[in-house]
Amino acid sequence: MAKIDLIVRRAKLDGKEVDIFVSRGRIESVKKSVKSLDAGDARVEEAFGLTAMASMTDVHVHLREPGYEYKEDVESGLRAAAWGGFSNIMCMANTKPVNDTASVTELMLEKARLHWPKGPRLFPIGALTKGLSGKELAPMAELAKAGCAAFSNDGVPVKSSKIFLRAVEYASDWDRVVIDHCEDPYLGVATGINEGEVSSRLGLPAQPDVAEAMQVSRDILLAEYLDIPIHLAHISCRKSVDLIRFAKERGVKITAETTPHYLTMTEDYLEAEETEYDTNAKVNPPLRPEADRLAVIEALNDGTLDCLATDHAPHAAHEKEVEFDVAPCGITGLDTALSVTWQLVRDGVLTQETFTRAWTTAPCSIFNLPVNRFEPGDPADFFLFDEGEEWTVSPQTLYSRGKNTPLLGTVLKGRVKTHFIAGKKIV
Amino acid sequence: MKWLHKDLLDVVQLSKSEVMAIFETAGRFQELQERPVKKVPTLKGRSVILFFAEPSTRTKTSFDVAGKRLSADTFSLAKSSSSLTKGESLKDTALTLQAMAPDAIVIRHWCSGAARFLADRLDCSVINAGDGRHAHPTQALLDSFTLYQEWGDVAGKTVLILGDIAHSRVARSNVILLNKLGASVRICGPRTLLPPAIRKWPVKVYSDLNEAMKGVDAVMCLRLQLERQKEGLLPDLREYARTFGLAQRHVDLANPEVRILHPGPMNRGVEISSDLADCADSLVLDQVSSGVVVRMALLFLYMTRKGEE
Repeated sequence: MAKIDLIVRRAKLDGKEVDIFVSRGRIESVKKSVKSLDAGDARVEEAFGLTAMASMTDVHVHLREPGYEYKEDVESGLRAAAWGGFSNIMCMANTKPVNDTASVTELMLEKARLHWPKGPRLFPIGALTKGLSGKELAPMAELAKAGCAAFSNDGVPVKSSKIFLRAVEYASDWDRVVIDHCEDPYLGVATGINEGEVSSRLGLPAQPDVAEAMQVSRDILLAEYLDIPIHLAHISCRKSVDLIRFAKERGVKITAETTPHYLTMTEDYLEAEETEYDTNAKVNPPLRPEADRLAVIEALNDGTLDCLATDHAPHAAHEKEVEFDVAPCGITGLDTALSVTWQLVRDGVLTQETFTRAWTTAPCSIFNLPVNRFEPGDPADFFLFDEGEEWTVSPQTLYSRGKNTPLLGTVLKGRVKTHFIAGKKIV
Repeated sequence: MKWLHKDLLDVVQLSKSEVMAIFETAGRFQELQERPVKKVPTLKGRSVILFFAEPSTRTKTSFDVAGKRLSADTFSLAKSSSSLTKGESLKDTALTLQAMAPDAIVIRHWCSGAARFLADRLDCSVINAGDGRHAHPTQALLDSFTLYQEWGDVAGKTVLILGDIAHSRVARSNVILLNKLGASVRICGPRTLLPPAIRKWPVKVYSDLNEAMKGVDAVMCLRLQLERQKEGLLPDLREYARTFGLAQRHVDLANPEVRILHPGPMNRGVEISSDLADCADSLVLDQVSSGVVVRMALLFLYMTRKGEE
């Protein structure tokens, strides 16, 4: 038997009280807890009353460094991830300069090593096209070699189907999946509000759901034609999930994510008396009507949507405290994702199996990242969670530099108390 | 009547009895228009800032005249002469204005929700003089007041709003207010200029102007922004004028007593024929006169609010 480095005592796992044994950064075994134990040289962590959960993976994060460090930087983003329960995060390429050269990727990774040497692990996503211009392919071989785990033009969808097709083909040469931000740029730009009754009353230019669904259908057809996987980012509406379900039934290699806010919020928030025109809920794609929210939940539960991601998009307070038209799109999400989605499990909206798949197994399997199922040999990536602890979302309680969330002032339940990555305590 | 609202952001927030109180107050101020000296000391010593971040002639002048007739000091601020052109945020502009301690700010802004944005941050009354495509409550109030003066009661009448509904804050506020007052509202315009959710609005929708005009008691023409053609929303202005421009042949289908309104400025020969704009049934200039007294009523009610509480 390998030498045990860490024993986490009396943690609750799947309803049972267990001791978790860790050796050399990996799960050695998980055993029913016993009263007394000879720990030997191992470090012992008491977890009585706390729930052990496998660390989560977020495949869609904006860290803003380089270029917009005042919104977030690698250090603060990883801090939010560590306290949010994430062991792996993938960060998008829309930095300044864009992550379309190896030196930008290397800078991100160097910052991560410098500030968080024990994790959370950072996996940069390279640009699909140079400067996110949609015109010339980015040097994906170089980017993959430097450490990019995937490619995406997130935020600036590629207009040309021909360029997009070539990008998917070329990325597959380096075993990297392309993540597409589904938005037909001719049908709807990022106005941050759904086209419908609410936008028509508020008088805001709006984005119709077909702008998303049109691009989803394009990507499905291309994935089928090329027989190459494509991952669809932040799916928000019924039309899209219907298309994805149909595609999966035909065996098309499509995977897709949605975010906690599409599971919990609707466009009605933007015309409620207290929150009318609240720019903290301006997000792209926009919050949709209730029927779409329910369709997205159903699709996540039945596996049509593979995983969850936060689309963590931090912005500075002064950027959001402006007129709705002027404000940037985005909600900060790393800090709140766990509490929000675990509440959905408590409420019976999501099953626990869905939660586990959506935050751990599916994202890791899509992007070939390490995953912990609490099986011997798995990476010892897990956190101890106080399910009952209530906390109020406020600028002081968020670890991210971005405080832009419509949840400000809301009381959430459940907080990470300790987080281990590869058996090392990071918070 | 005890006036409890701090701000006027949209007609949605007004009850029918509050609207009638505004009309009654405006009616009393009408008499003032007839006097040789058209000024009363009602708001002496009070100050109103007219903050127009978007071009306006008639609304701004109307508020200015209204304020001065009540002896309030009015101060104008246009976008071109404000720090907004230097990149100052609306929040900072608002706080700067607040520090000058006005009793009310009248705001026009190109962004929907801008009036609400100010109202949430300022202690003084904020009156929305048009925000983006969202609301233009004082225009709707003066339109209904004009019809109220003509008819005595707006309830039971049929009013057609014609033209570019999608981009019009005037249409949005009028639909809400006319419904509140018991009128039935029709909408007519090309599909490209109607909001996608129009079928959920409390209106009857027409694409044929001849059908839409049958039996209406009033028609409100909306100004067509000529750049809509460049945005691909219209094939050309000639076709628009022939299909959706109000002409005598349409008026002949309406109630014989039909009244014609237009919030101005008009594109003569595009959304309305020049003859109709000037005809005896046109209330276009009555709207301008009503605008002053309705705005006097609003300034009076909002700026004396604290004294009555």
